[in-house]
Amino acid sequence: MNRTPILFLNVLIIAACGLIYELLAGTVASYVLGDSITQFSLIIGLYLSALGAGAWLSRFLDRDLAARFIDVELGVALAGGLSAPLLFFAFARLDWFRLFLYLVVFVIGTLVGLELPILMRILREHLDFKELVSRVLSFDYVGSLFAAVLFPIFLVPRLGLVRTSIIFGLLNAGVGLYGTYLLRPLLLRGIGGLRVRAAIVIAILVVALVRADALTTMAEDELYAEEVVYATTSPYQRIVVTRSRSGFQLFLNGNLQFASADEYRYHEALVHPAMSAGPPPKRVLILGGGDGLAAREVLKYPSVEQVTLVDLDAKMTGLSKAFPPLSALNHHSFSDKRMHVVNDDAMLWIERVTDRFDAVIVDFPDPNNFALGKLYTTRFYRLLAARLTPDATVSVQCTSPLYARRSYWCIVRTMEAAGLHVRPYQTTVPSFGVWGFALARKHPFDAPRHVAVPIHFLDDATLAGMFVFSPDMAPLPVEINRLDNQMLVRYYEEEWRRWS
Amino acid sequence: MAAVELSRRDLLAAFLGATVACRARPSKTPLPPGTLVGASFESGHRLRHELNITPGRWIEHDVVICGGGVAGLVAAWRLNGIDTIVLELEPALGGTARSGVNAVSAHPWGAHYVPAPSPENRVLVRLLREMGVMDGDVPREEFLCRDPQERVFYRGRWYEGLYLTAGATDDDLRQLRAFEAEIAKWIDWRDAKGRRAFAIPTALGTDDAEVTALDSLSMAEWLDQHRFTSPRLRWFVEYGCRDDYGTLLGDTSAWAGLFYFASRIPRAGADSEPFITWPEGNGRIVAHLGRNARAMTGTLVTSIVARDDGADVIALRGDEAIGIRARRVIFAGPQFVAARVIRDRPHANEFTYGSWMVANLTLRDRPQSNGFPLAWDNVLYDSPSLGYVVATHQRGIDRGPTVLTYYYPLCDADPHRARERLLATGRDEWADIALTDLERAHPDIRALTERIDVMRWGHAMVRPRPNFVQSPARLAAHEPWRTIHFANTDLSGLALVEESLWHGVRAGEEVLGELGRPLDSWL
Repeated sequence: MNRTPILFLNVLIIAACGLIYELLAGTVASYVLGDSITQFSLIIGLYLSALGAGAWLSRFLDRDLAARFIDVELGVALAGGLSAPLLFFAFARLDWFRLFLYLVVFVIGTLVGLELPILMRILREHLDFKELVSRVLSFDYVGSLFAAVLFPIFLVPRLGLVRTSIIFGLLNAGVGLYGTYLLRPLLLRGIGGLRVRAAIVIAILVVALVRADALTTMAEDELYAEEVVYATTSPYQRIVVTRSRSGFQLFLNGNLQFASADEYRYHEALVHPAMSAGPPPKRVLILGGGDGLAAREVLKYPSVEQVTLVDLDAKMTGLSKAFPPLSALNHHSFSDKRMHVVNDDAMLWIERVTDRFDAVIVDFPDPNNFALGKLYTTRFYRLLAARLTPDATVSVQCTSPLYARRSYWCIVRTMEAAGLHVRPYQTTVPSFGVWGFALARKHPFDAPRHVAVPIHFLDDATLAGMFVFSPDMAPLPVEINRLDNQMLVRYYEEEWRRWS
Repeated sequence: MAAVELSRRDLLAAFLGATVACRARPSKTPLPPGTLVGASFESGHRLRHELNITPGRWIEHDVVICGGGVAGLVAAWRLNGIDTIVLELEPALGGTARSGVNAVSAHPWGAHYVPAPSPENRVLVRLLREMGVMDGDVPREEFLCRDPQERVFYRGRWYEGLYLTAGATDDDLRQLRAFEAEIAKWIDWRDAKGRRAFAIPTALGTDDAEVTALDSLSMAEWLDQHRFTSPRLRWFVEYGCRDDYGTLLGDTSAWAGLFYFASRIPRAGADSEPFITWPEGNGRIVAHLGRNARAMTGTLVTSIVARDDGADVIALRGDEAIGIRARRVIFAGPQFVAARVIRDRPHANEFTYGSWMVANLTLRDRPQSNGFPLAWDNVLYDSPSLGYVVATHQRGIDRGPTVLTYYYPLCDADPHRARERLLATGRDEWADIALTDLERAHPDIRALTERIDVMRWGHAMVRPRPNFVQSPARLAAHEPWRTIHFANTDLSGLALVEESLWHGVRAGEEVLGELGRPLDSWL
């Protein structure tokens, strides 16, 4: 049969695809679960054993070998091609993600394991055994080498995992479709059905490729230093979760909100001073903080009877509740009976409500636009003060007093202009740098000295040290941020422009 | 189909210019629905014919106020405690400060802000205090126009502010500074009695000839005399004239033009007084004043006959003719109507009025925009419209559905011609004009707009033409005629809410005096 050389090219492609799926599964697993050594070992082991299982299963196929070969190709194309998007999708939604991962790896391995034995049996009648084994296996190994080199230097950095996965699925499907022409003399009947199936698989993969672009653009993938493991667009913002060796990062509109490795420093500093400054709070208000991490700290206090969390974005609070890595990180705070979630603009909400709170944690994104800037105005702080019980304490995240010094002091002075007594404080969060907060009450007060719940960071000495400012962060004369001047947005833009 | 397209192009060319008309894409999507809202010019036009009506019944009130706009309602406010009734032609009170409301937001139909008053403007301070707007002498933060206040669209991009700084040459900027210096001179100018050249209300300003003589020039002539040739400076000044008066530079008295720039700045070098605004614009003032006023809407006053001891007012309410016998009448409508309904009073033909179209666009979401973000007032540099204000801006709703109020003054030199063009153009045509204009800055606006309601104001604003504002005829018009007193912003020669307030209180106090009531003036 004079077509054999092309068949060997197919072997090369099949081999490359097989290795790519294995590498993809290993990479996705190490991205989302961390600990790449364990993930790669497990997946390689599982995949190789699945290849063996496939080879063993091939003995049960006797009739219409050429047609079965094409079916297996299409199966690999579908399972392998969709593996990376499917794994990311499952990661965001399934609690039993690991089991699913190993299942997917085993299915792909088994299908790939079927390919070569069937192909060798098809070719047996055209070549002698010595020649066959030597040719097939050498093309197999060359294909693997080809894939192994291409994967880290071109595919992952240029295309990303999802696109690589789908494109190799298309290659597999292409081999299957081409097989209906190449192996035509061996196909007894049903050639039309095979082609239809191939066309369907190709169509599914093409749709997936288009959708992958809608999910994250290549440009966006390049924006983030780490792998994007989840991305979605709500009516209000772009939500992106990335994974690095040290853990997760959450980005809103491209701005880092937290890194799981050091968020405890930020959230302990944000929450505990306000919770410890006065009598034990019962009713707590969290404004912003849709990641549920401030809530996690608040819920540590047995005195807390009710937590009201007001966050604009239902998609964000929903993600924090249902996205397993996030809900694990926030200790399932959104499932706590004491939590009440309100999805509204905090300004509109606070104009409307009449409740009073014993402690308020204000965790809005930095004031980088006018819609956020209004949440840092005298108007907002006056409305907030009206919602406080007499001994209530408020803490506010206030951007960096080092990188955005005027912005920081503008927030502090604006709170004072609204009639609050304010104690500024700061700490270091490695992912952000030096970060600033403000503690406020309606009457003069002393800074808290002790946190009574378990902490990782905020012991008494650290707590006391936060209220000290070095000269490079000392107050500057600033204007007050009002609704009708939005000074803060202007300061903020000017100051951060210098650092980016 | 070709004929329809051609006529659409003609329409767009007539209202937006040939360039826009040529570039306008043929619209495949149908126009969003909407209605034509007031003003009731059809019933008003019945006054053109002599109406001889015998009332079926007579009622009596101490004072009848004809006209339920801000001036009439303020007069009623001043006459609190006196048996007073307000008659209004339209189905709702407010005159050109009327507002509307839909599922998304309240929105203005006309006047939509008032500059924060200086302490001398005692009437406005008193009213705003009563409305809970003031915190001592300063307006509360939530009533001051939120930042960002203004932006201007030019060649594909929005820029902050109203004066187009982007691309300005050194000479443009030098002329801007020289213009500001010229204005600063007028801001600090005082006459022998210590009065400002341009004060709000205008009655508090000087009558010194150095200032009043400016009325004999047009603003264009004044700019020419001072060699202000910079196109963007002249655009900036003309925008002010179109915005406040509905007139072009050549049809605006230099006195009025300078008044616009100099009256709202307390002293040279200071910031302009901030704007007080509400989602429904000055509809908030109307609602406050209307709450305590006894009013009959949908009532057309057909004649007012002065007697020695009072006056008879005859009005049509639907098909019913009502006679009202009053001790005094305050005519709070515009002078062109006074000429038709007050028997025997000499006509004041010097008063001319400009036409406006106002469209409220209800949007399902915020439109795309390139450059500086959405502000309260959004102006297109290359447009005969004034752009639009955003109803949800002041409420702090920064996302999702909103209502945009789009203003288009017809600035024709001949106001009759403007009125003809206004009324010959229907709801659909106006909706298309507004969308085509805004599409230049917001390519997606047509698809986002769920409805467009259109108001055609035939006599929106009195026009401060040269030689009118300081004319004896204008000054004489506010003098009472027998038992009839007058209150309307047009008596000042300018359409400003502060002038309505002044005249409303002044007329109210004239009547209080004539009725022999003790008087402690609010002015």
